[in-house]
Amino acid sequence: MKHRAWFAAALLAAAAAVQAQEPIRIGSFLSVTGPAAFLGDPEQKTLELYVEKLNAAGGVLGRKLELVAYDSAGDAEKARTFAKRLIEQDKVDLIVGGSTTGETMAVVPLIEQAGIPFISLAGAVVIVEPVKKWVFKTPHSDRQACERIFVDMKARGTTRIALISGAGGFDKSMRAQCMQVAKAHGIEIVADESYGAGDTDMTAQLSKIKGTPGVQAVLNCGFGQGPAIVTKNYKQLGIAAPLYQSHGVASKGYIQLAGDAAEGVRLPAAALLVAEALPDSDPQKKVVLGYKRDYESRYKSDVSTFGGHAYDGLMIAVEALKKAGGTDKAKVRDAIESVRGFMGTAGAFNYSPTDHVGLDVAGFRMLEIRKGDWTLAR
Amino acid sequence: MSAQFLQFLLTGLTVGAIYALVALGFAIIYNASHVLNFAQGEFVMIGGMAAAGFVEAGLPLPLAALLAVGGAMLVGLALEKLAIEPARGASVVTLIIITIGASILLRGLASLLWDKKIHSLPAFSGEAPLKLGGATLLPQTLWVLGATLVTVALLWWFFNRTLTGKAILAVSHNRLAAQLMGISVRRVLLVSFGLSAALGALAGVLIAPISFTSWDVGVMLGLKGFAAAILGGMGSGPGAIIGGLALGLIESLGAGYLSSAYKDVFAFVIILAALIFLPDGLAGRRRATERV
Repeated sequence: MKHRAWFAAALLAAAAAVQAQEPIRIGSFLSVTGPAAFLGDPEQKTLELYVEKLNAAGGVLGRKLELVAYDSAGDAEKARTFAKRLIEQDKVDLIVGGSTTGETMAVVPLIEQAGIPFISLAGAVVIVEPVKKWVFKTPHSDRQACERIFVDMKARGTTRIALISGAGGFDKSMRAQCMQVAKAHGIEIVADESYGAGDTDMTAQLSKIKGTPGVQAVLNCGFGQGPAIVTKNYKQLGIAAPLYQSHGVASKGYIQLAGDAAEGVRLPAAALLVAEALPDSDPQKKVVLGYKRDYESRYKSDVSTFGGHAYDGLMIAVEALKKAGGTDKAKVRDAIESVRGFMGTAGAFNYSPTDHVGLDVAGFRMLEIRKGDWTLAR
Repeated sequence: MSAQFLQFLLTGLTVGAIYALVALGFAIIYNASHVLNFAQGEFVMIGGMAAAGFVEAGLPLPLAALLAVGGAMLVGLALEKLAIEPARGASVVTLIIITIGASILLRGLASLLWDKKIHSLPAFSGEAPLKLGGATLLPQTLWVLGATLVTVALLWWFFNRTLTGKAILAVSHNRLAAQLMGISVRRVLLVSFGLSAALGALAGVLIAPISFTSWDVGVMLGLKGFAAAILGGMGSGPGAIIGGLALGLIESLGAGYLSSAYKDVFAFVIILAALIFLPDGLAGRRRATERV
């Protein structure tokens, strides 16, 4: 009898030892190629870089991290397929991914059904409103972008604006949010144009806006190729009013495509883009400068806020894993939800059962593009 | 109001010129073989992407453009030699399906050879907008319109004053008679594919500074060029040009005055309307034998 008990105990210990050596699997689906490539590409690079660094420092809870990442190319269908694969075949412990709102929303029902923690890297507020038990996100929401922009406009005395937005999930969501919060900020929307997903010329829509009397500024809700073309057309038509973009263009890729036309464009974005210009007393400086240096020295290309969202997502996940002491999905989820005061590249995160965005507008700075680079708007 | 109208007009003519070049490509191949080459849009894509690739590799823009058009021409010749010629006994429908397969292959190769990102070309003579009666236009627009005019003139000279061009026209009128007169239909097919590919690539290079290029721009452009060719009368050179410009204008004016969100719808509604009401197109030729 005794031998049997010892034998069983030894087996269990061996099994536990094997279990402890099993890597923590972090799944991801990102738009590395396709129309949202300047979101997904830095996100993928960031996740790879930091999983490597964390593993080199000993991993998390003594276990190595394993990143299982797929390229969903901005396609909601593909995103769904890959998410299914991550959950059912790769058996990941949690997912950090979903570069775009469209892809994220397509995956949410799967996540809720499977009961696996999911940190999305997409923008629209619809992802977390109404709050979904297993879904969190790291970028500022589109509503916060609208509010930040409206605050800036009001401060400059702008009250009548025109909207121009694309056809994507984020575009439409941000447009709806801006229309909702405009009145509360004293902004009147006097023109509202839209363009299609693959459109290559927006001069018609911008001409109409130009012809609308009293427009003091124009806000473009969108990301990817569309805003770059809008910006070029904007310059071509010689519209004098200032152009505002969303944080969906917070990447050098946008400046490259839009060229000189991007001069003077304003957008709300994380302090990450102007890390060096921040005063030393700024609470965000340490984190953003650290990330910027790591990323740029490794990849020899400029940081974008999208990589920053991936960094925030991964680090919050790691923090939650440590707090939960393991990969039990429910415990990790609870741990994420109880994150307080976590300083990421986008600001300080304070999740709660009613708030799965976690950020407030303080981390959102108003930037202006000058000479092809980001500067803090005066 | 009229400044706005002028703006829409200029935009419409610019994009219309591109559609016209694509439609001409369709027309030339259709004339030589009755095949609708649905890989035509991919030639536009190859032109733009290759030029962007060469420029990013450091070559000067004129050389990059020339190499891109030349490269596309080689792809067109290869397409004809490897995919169309071996199947020349097959029915027209089969050949059309072969071209659809070729277009998918070309897209895939493009995404591998280059990447799936969006690329741009530097404008040929700068981006400072020019003012014209209250509207503004980019210098690139003048390049597009000018190059299209020159190309159309050269094509007219080619088809009417050179032996090869006349041979192509002869085949389009009556293939059997042309063969009996000693014209090599094979050579005519080869030349028409090469020529169409060059036209498509030229369109791609001209429009890339304005509307960017990526591995999948060929789909929409090919379809719209096809719509333009049908509108103007499939197989007719002047028809292709009229159809292209008309489509561009309808799109631009429609987006301006009706709905900007449904811009693409106009092209496809036109295909339907043209096929139902005007099957021979605006400038269509009455053919002696009308067969599908």
